[in-house]
Amino acid sequence: MKEGWLNRDAPPSQRGKPGPVRAGARQLVDALRDPENFQTSDWSGLITAARAEQLLGSLAFRLEGRPVPERAASILAGARREAAQQRTQALWEAEMARRACEGLSVPLILLKGTAFHAAGLDAAVGRSVGDLDLLVPRARIEEVEAALIDAGWERIKPADGYDDLYYRRWMHELPPLVHRDRDRMADVHHTILPPTARPTPDAAALIADSIAIDSGVAILSSPDMIVHAAAHLFADGDLAGGLRNLWDIDRLLRQFGAEPGFWQVLATRARLHQLTAPVALALRLSARLFATPVDAGIAGRARPSDRLFEARLLARDNWGRPTRPLLRFAFYLRSHWLRMPPLMLARHLLVKARR
Amino acid sequence: MRHQLALQIGPVAFRIGSAWPEPLAALARLYAAYPAPADDICDFTVRLEPEKPWRRWIRPSVAIQGDYVLPDAAPMALAHGLLAAEMGMNLQMALGQKRFLLLHASSVEKNGRALVMTGESGAGKSTLAALLGERGWRLMGDEFALLDLDSGNLWPFPRAISLKNGAIAVMEGEAPAERFGPLLEDTPKGAIRHLRPNEAAIVGMNQCARPALILFPRFGADCAARGVGQAEIFMRLTQSSTNYVALGGAGFDALTGLVRSCPAAAIDYPDTEGAIDLVEALWSEAA
Repeated sequence: MKEGWLNRDAPPSQRGKPGPVRAGARQLVDALRDPENFQTSDWSGLITAARAEQLLGSLAFRLEGRPVPERAASILAGARREAAQQRTQALWEAEMARRACEGLSVPLILLKGTAFHAAGLDAAVGRSVGDLDLLVPRARIEEVEAALIDAGWERIKPADGYDDLYYRRWMHELPPLVHRDRDRMADVHHTILPPTARPTPDAAALIADSIAIDSGVAILSSPDMIVHAAAHLFADGDLAGGLRNLWDIDRLLRQFGAEPGFWQVLATRARLHQLTAPVALALRLSARLFATPVDAGIAGRARPSDRLFEARLLARDNWGRPTRPLLRFAFYLRSHWLRMPPLMLARHLLVKARR
Repeated sequence: MRHQLALQIGPVAFRIGSAWPEPLAALARLYAAYPAPADDICDFTVRLEPEKPWRRWIRPSVAIQGDYVLPDAAPMALAHGLLAAEMGMNLQMALGQKRFLLLHASSVEKNGRALVMTGESGAGKSTLAALLGERGWRLMGDEFALLDLDSGNLWPFPRAISLKNGAIAVMEGEAPAERFGPLLEDTPKGAIRHLRPNEAAIVGMNQCARPALILFPRFGADCAARGVGQAEIFMRLTQSSTNYVALGGAGFDALTGLVRSCPAAAIDYPDTEGAIDLVEALWSEAA
């Protein structure tokens, strides 16, 4: 494998100087990437954009100890307190699910934010967690669902309705479950992309290589975690809220990149899961926005479309409003195109439009 | 955004952006004499936007957006734009405020000690606080009481008082006309008129107070008061808090601290004058 590091930084002219205020999400990226040299005259805009992108907790930890105005400092301290509580809640949900499934001897693999927190990864610092995301073998998924329902989780889609059947037939996860007392959502996956998408990740390999972190609970291996994050961001969905996922990727790559042999295994696993292109794109975008040191061989050469992805990820202004409606719509269409074959897409959109 | 206004209310700063000038003009009149946020840094952002792009001009319809939103909130008529701004600020507090334990309660202060009143909508906590605020007490807030998570003190949050239906006439007899906002009729909650708190409340918006008495008022029956045990106080206050669960252990500690240190009573009252006398009597007992 070619050794070499792609390390793009912001142009020197834009660093360290108070200069003109940059648009919301762009300013947020500056602050996350280089907190030491970050200055702004629009703290309200920064805080609003960070909230809208679910990155206020991460930002608050990045700026901890930096000289910031008193009011901003108190808002950021509040965000750190909130992040600590979110962490407690996320870990508690995982523990509740573990207890619910204790008798099944199915390993519960934690995904995304909950996994970062449970494993104490750098990506967990300030990371907000919404839902509990789990991965289990497809053959056992109904047992897990029944165990969760026994323990107080409830279906929110009417059973046997279009959505319910759609999930069960075509999705990589069960229809969402919500706990009746704690009002927290659980998404139980059997793989990391919808079966209708063109790439078919090797779910059995994801599970076989997972790492136990606690009795009955596991996380994906480091390279698979990157592959999953890249698949989630670039091979599924319309990139709404994607900046947080890209920040995850930056944090994970900086931590894992130092492990011996990591990049080689990452390339192998990306190929195995048929996700070489999304992984390459994730590396390029992470380097582009957050100056992440990445393997240039895997990242590949910059493509003209990289700029569109960047523009989509940064489509947020200082008032927290989404910008670039046409670009967002294009990515919305792309997400459906990626997710299902054309005829199926037509039928699905027809059903949705009739509601 | 095209039109904007920033407001400092107690320890919390808001910025409100609007697609139309009218809601902010009304808001600026109502909050005349309130200070601007220090360094122009705001805790929360509220946006008043057209529900659909063309609804800026054609049958204008105000959607309440911002840092925190209710997904199924109904848009409002532009004539009720002031109310939309107020609701937008309330929403940020209810869903986003994590620096304080938020009690859906009114509060007034005397000699550095605070009286907190909470109860179901329509119990009269807002009107009672507004009246006391005109009769020798300092109004701290009519909607939210902010409990400091570390010190256990109560922070003022003297927003414009939201008077509904019958309470409007009661307060029109108490406060000068220039402190009132426009009468908003046919809102989802009936007639609403906002009242700017008096100067003492605005000048004192940075002065905390020690909670000294909690009352659970209820409008209707003859004047009566009964003591309330700590367990019941605790349960009632968790129900009146919008962020108790979200704060986790910090919220529990703050709330148990309040309950242990503060006596409480449930009161019934048939009219406002009877309520005022009863409150003053209970206050001198507690003091």
